[in-house]
Amino acid sequence: MRTLFAILLAVMAFAPSAFAQQHDGCAVPGYLLFGDSALQRFSAAVQKKQPVKIVVVGTGSSVLPGQDGTNMAYPARLEAALKRRLPSVKATVVAYAKPRQTAAEMSKRLEQLSLDEKPTLVIWQTGTFDAMRGVDGDEFRSSIADGVETVQAKGADVILMNMQYSPRTESMLAVSGYADNMRWVAREREVPLFDRQAIMRHWNDTGSIDLYAATKDVSIAKRVHDCVGRALASLIIDAANLEALEGKAQ
Amino acid sequence: MTPPPAVPTERDLRLDLFRGIALWLIFLDHIPTNIVSWITIRNYGFSDATEIFIFISGYTAAFVYGKAMTDRGFAIAGARILRRVWQIYVAHIFLFVIYVAEIAYVTATFENPLFAEEMNALDFLKQPDVTIIQALLLKFKPANMDVLPLYIVLLVWFPPILWLLLRNATLALAISAGLYAMAWEFGWNLPSYPSGHWWFNPFAWQLLFVFGAWCALGGADRLANVLRSPVTLWIAIAYLVFAFGIVMTWHFPRWAFVVPRWLTERMYPIDKVNLDVLRFAHFLALAAITVHFVRVDWPGLKSPWFKPAILCGQHSLEIFCLGVFLAFAAHFVMVEIYGGLLMQVVLSVVGVAIMVATAALISWYKKIEGRGGGRPKRSAESDLAGGEA
Repeated sequence: MRTLFAILLAVMAFAPSAFAQQHDGCAVPGYLLFGDSALQRFSAAVQKKQPVKIVVVGTGSSVLPGQDGTNMAYPARLEAALKRRLPSVKATVVAYAKPRQTAAEMSKRLEQLSLDEKPTLVIWQTGTFDAMRGVDGDEFRSSIADGVETVQAKGADVILMNMQYSPRTESMLAVSGYADNMRWVAREREVPLFDRQAIMRHWNDTGSIDLYAATKDVSIAKRVHDCVGRALASLIIDAANLEALEGKAQ
Repeated sequence: MTPPPAVPTERDLRLDLFRGIALWLIFLDHIPTNIVSWITIRNYGFSDATEIFIFISGYTAAFVYGKAMTDRGFAIAGARILRRVWQIYVAHIFLFVIYVAEIAYVTATFENPLFAEEMNALDFLKQPDVTIIQALLLKFKPANMDVLPLYIVLLVWFPPILWLLLRNATLALAISAGLYAMAWEFGWNLPSYPSGHWWFNPFAWQLLFVFGAWCALGGADRLANVLRSPVTLWIAIAYLVFAFGIVMTWHFPRWAFVVPRWLTERMYPIDKVNLDVLRFAHFLALAAITVHFVRVDWPGLKSPWFKPAILCGQHSLEIFCLGVFLAFAAHFVMVEIYGGLLMQVVLSVVGVAIMVATAALISWYKKIEGRGGGRPKRSAESDLAGGEA
């Protein structure tokens, strides 16, 4: 039995590092990024050559500090990545990020936001503040389900995005229950989930980005946001089935 | 009323063995990023080590205090249970202090603009007047410090339930199941600070504890025929395979399509807070298979290979608390020094070794105290009660 465990451990310890060598930078393995849920409305709008508008609704982890913070945060990086990869598509990304909001508070704002902005796709980043407040799991879940329903009723697609992987605060902030709840809602409502937690954990574990670093420097933060923006673009292209439109520039 | 069931007199080593293993698994799971936690059962089924810990704790509590109650009456047994509650409360507050020390240090030293939002989680340090009082009231419970408060509430409620279990076990179990159903129906739970409710709902989790107690007081014998039947075994195996398959679709979302929609709608979410029926059933299936293959008189239980786990299981309160502390400490080392895979393996192994060594030390203390001059030799029963329930 012990030998078995030892072998198992050895395999698991070495498997991820072997995997990482196949990639450089912050590539994300497909199993972490792609699911079965499709972005049908987004896809239809693109097929009809309509301009598409993506609204990012989020909290503190959707912004970066500093003068060029807005340009460096993942919503702007997503827009840049989409322009690069889908040159024929007119895509704009608008960010509504406000710190210290629970999913319930954001869910209430989604209706007005959908009316004002008329988005094709809403990327909803949430969960961190709920974990801090210790909001009940089922309350959290129903807030997200309501929000998803609201946006879909207004004719837009939704991508849910969960919390960051933050190894330093991991033993202080229990986010896994909230992440699970978001996975369940995503599956139940058949909307794509951008599993930021698992993806950032993958970057950290494979050594491509050191998330343990204690620093005032924003360069790691910028890199993470750029990688998140690019991975989001890949998710959107996959889920909206737009590979055929991809330009040569990568 | 049926005559009081006989309280078994000899301790079942399987309880200590599996509680010891559960304590190791809880420790491994509590280290936030830990490759070794892939071996723990929560990754392969619905339930996790918490179910094992609570069930066995209920079983041993009934075993120890049940005997005290039949021999010396309700008042004495009740008083001893409350003394145990006090010990657990003190242990919990001690862990809280260690936790605050770690947090305070991290807050003072860590900075990264990427995690500005996450660092707000430590804001409670700015209001010690509120948070410390809320912690003393068991309303503010930091991450991974939810099990001991649950245990406290379960034990406070235990004297009357034990009294009833000794008189009419079936009725006591029915009341417990009724409370569980009511908690689900009416959403009963205890409040938390700053918002929300307890992460382990005591109104729901008491069912597992009382079920453990019920098994200890004759229930296991009543179930013996059911447990021995091959039908039960095959149902349990089928259910474990089913749970394994479902859980694999969580690890590999691309396979989620194989789970039919009607099933996902009924099944999800699998609620840990309120001890989902699927989790409870998963624990029962695990227990049924374990009891089937590991018999109480199995000579292997006396083998030195199992001694470390049994030792840990025999001093569960101390080892549980130590495990929570060691998980904090391991995380601290990973953050401050290096958090790579090798370190995760080393910290896991060292942590378990410290748990075993401490359990051995506690046993040694107990032994020399037992031999101490003036006092009469402690009976096996009081030794167990002092050490463990």
